[in-house]
Amino acid sequence: MEFLSYLIIGVSLGSVYAIIALGYTMVYGIAKMLNFAHGDVIMVGGYISLLSMTSLGLPWWAGVLLAILVCTVLGVVIEGLAYKPLRASPSLAVLITAIGVSYFLQNAAQLLWGASPMSYTPIVSGSLPVGGLSISYISLVTIVMCVVIMTALTLFTEKTRMGKAMRACSEDKGAAQLMGINVNRTISLTFAIGSALAAIAGVLLCSFNTSLMPTTGSMPGIKAFTAAVFGGIGSIPGALLGGVLLGIIESLAKAYISTQLANSIVFAVLIVTLLVRPAGLLGKYVPEKV
Amino acid sequence: MGKMIKLGKKRSVNLTKTRVVDFSTYLGVVLAFLIVDAMLRGGMLSRSFSGQLIPICCYIVMAVSLNLTVGILGELSLGHAGFMSVGAFSGIVAAMSLQGSIPSEPARLAIALVVGAACAAVAGVIVGVPVLRLRGDYLAIVTLAFGEIIKELINCLIIGHDENGLHVIFNFNSSKTVSDLGLTENGIEIIKGAQGATGTQMISTFTAGFILVMITLVVVLNLVRSRSGRAIMAIRDNRIAAESVGINATKYKMMAFVTSAALAGAAGALYGLNFSNLTSAKFNFNTSILVLVFVVLGGLGNIWGSIIAATVLTILPEALRGFDDYRMLIYAIVLILVMLATNNSRLKALLARPFASLRARAAARPGKEAQ
Repeated sequence: MEFLSYLIIGVSLGSVYAIIALGYTMVYGIAKMLNFAHGDVIMVGGYISLLSMTSLGLPWWAGVLLAILVCTVLGVVIEGLAYKPLRASPSLAVLITAIGVSYFLQNAAQLLWGASPMSYTPIVSGSLPVGGLSISYISLVTIVMCVVIMTALTLFTEKTRMGKAMRACSEDKGAAQLMGINVNRTISLTFAIGSALAAIAGVLLCSFNTSLMPTTGSMPGIKAFTAAVFGGIGSIPGALLGGVLLGIIESLAKAYISTQLANSIVFAVLIVTLLVRPAGLLGKYVPEKV
Repeated sequence: MGKMIKLGKKRSVNLTKTRVVDFSTYLGVVLAFLIVDAMLRGGMLSRSFSGQLIPICCYIVMAVSLNLTVGILGELSLGHAGFMSVGAFSGIVAAMSLQGSIPSEPARLAIALVVGAACAAVAGVIVGVPVLRLRGDYLAIVTLAFGEIIKELINCLIIGHDENGLHVIFNFNSSKTVSDLGLTENGIEIIKGAQGATGTQMISTFTAGFILVMITLVVVLNLVRSRSGRAIMAIRDNRIAAESVGINATKYKMMAFVTSAALAGAAGALYGLNFSNLTSAKFNFNTSILVLVFVVLGGLGNIWGSIIAATVLTILPEALRGFDDYRMLIYAIVLILVMLATNNSRLKALLARPFASLRARAAARPGKEAQ
């Protein structure tokens, strides 16, 4: 029974990681860049939803919609101002710029909203008794959201014209452009989707932690990045699998081995996995050709 | 080809461009040290600045050593602070345990630096074997993972020393405290788990920092200009081509990675012995990123660029203290703008034009020997 409840916590935590990792992996797949500012977009989403609920007095769904809207615009603006001019530059230059954007968002949040943690009221409260267990509604909402987002994204990339354009761009930008695809607009769209997912993840994450501060996003950001690599970066089902597995490992490690070393155990599993499968669980290994 | 300079009857030095750059790097560091040291003795430096001198030396060593991995070897490492952490805490343990037996502070500091470097080198080998099998972004994430693992492992350590030797406890489920060490009356507690090292004797000096910077420069510049260094750069530029001419890629990658880790360990020991309290949380992902920013802004593979970037960017947040709350925001904006400006082809062309015309004029000047 105890094991099952830890497992459910793990799956719901993992679902949050998976939603963040989806944003990471889509941006990586198309722009081939590690967007370190992604974790901070989560934090911004959390603050917007919190403030719209407390200061503006909006209902929770309106707060979530506003957070999604603001984060989407923020993601597109960041991409346009900071990353687009560097598209032809070496990847390290883009990485450092992303770190600069991350610092900027954290410090701007600190100036606007203060450095001390704010308490966050979960969007749904209470729990559902099932047998001897009690499953909190927020866990259920998170798991359902994750499955819905995952299905929607898969349908989008497989069936729609924009989704096809996205896949084409991630495979070969030059060839995609020759086929009449607007590469810049496709990349902007990817950032918009990724940031909207980050906003949703922000709301869910803060509902779990019930607190929020300017650095809230950085550790989940790193873990989601780990999850994306674990599942095979660039692969959408991989992000889901990686995120959920990571959440389960973290939750079980915290419960049965050591609270202090939970993150280390997660990272150690990642290292061992990458040694056995160098491109992640579901990633395709592309051998180098001469 | 450069000029030949005669040194005595038989010896002569071929003054190539790289040699000129190397010697001016050494000369610049020595001059900077002499000037700053004279100002320090004359009491011309503000307290906040003189307190930063040792950290600046540490960050210079960190940046130069990371440049060896990222710039010369061409592998992105996001866990360099982990090696600094290993060096810092092993150095603190060495210096504190030898307090009774070696009274001389400089000697203890030197031993601490060597111990820090050795422990970090061992960590470098342990991390390097799995990490260097991977490529690109996968390698980056694994170095990040190792950095975080090292941070959490050190967080669990409780170490004390008494006349019976070292006492070490690994406190992985926070059930143990310092009293479990079983120290005798004269024993000292050195590292207290999550509280980190407290009550450390601050024996680091600016002169030691300068010597460490010089040693680092000698090691890195000589490695880069040697046969091994050329092999390392060949692997960076084209691994397959390098392997096909018989270069052992694993061996040279390990050489660069472990050297880099050892130097970071020495820097960590110097850093650790500069503060009376130090927790392993200081050496987190953000510190690794900070050093990476020095390396990229200074220029990949450019040693003196790393030195200048590390110095300027350590002073900059302090210099911006007048802006108070806005300083880190300004730092972030400066960072983004610098990256955008240095990678802007139009701006580069604009800047290159006057230099190009100067160069063309210099080349056209009559009487200059043909090269």
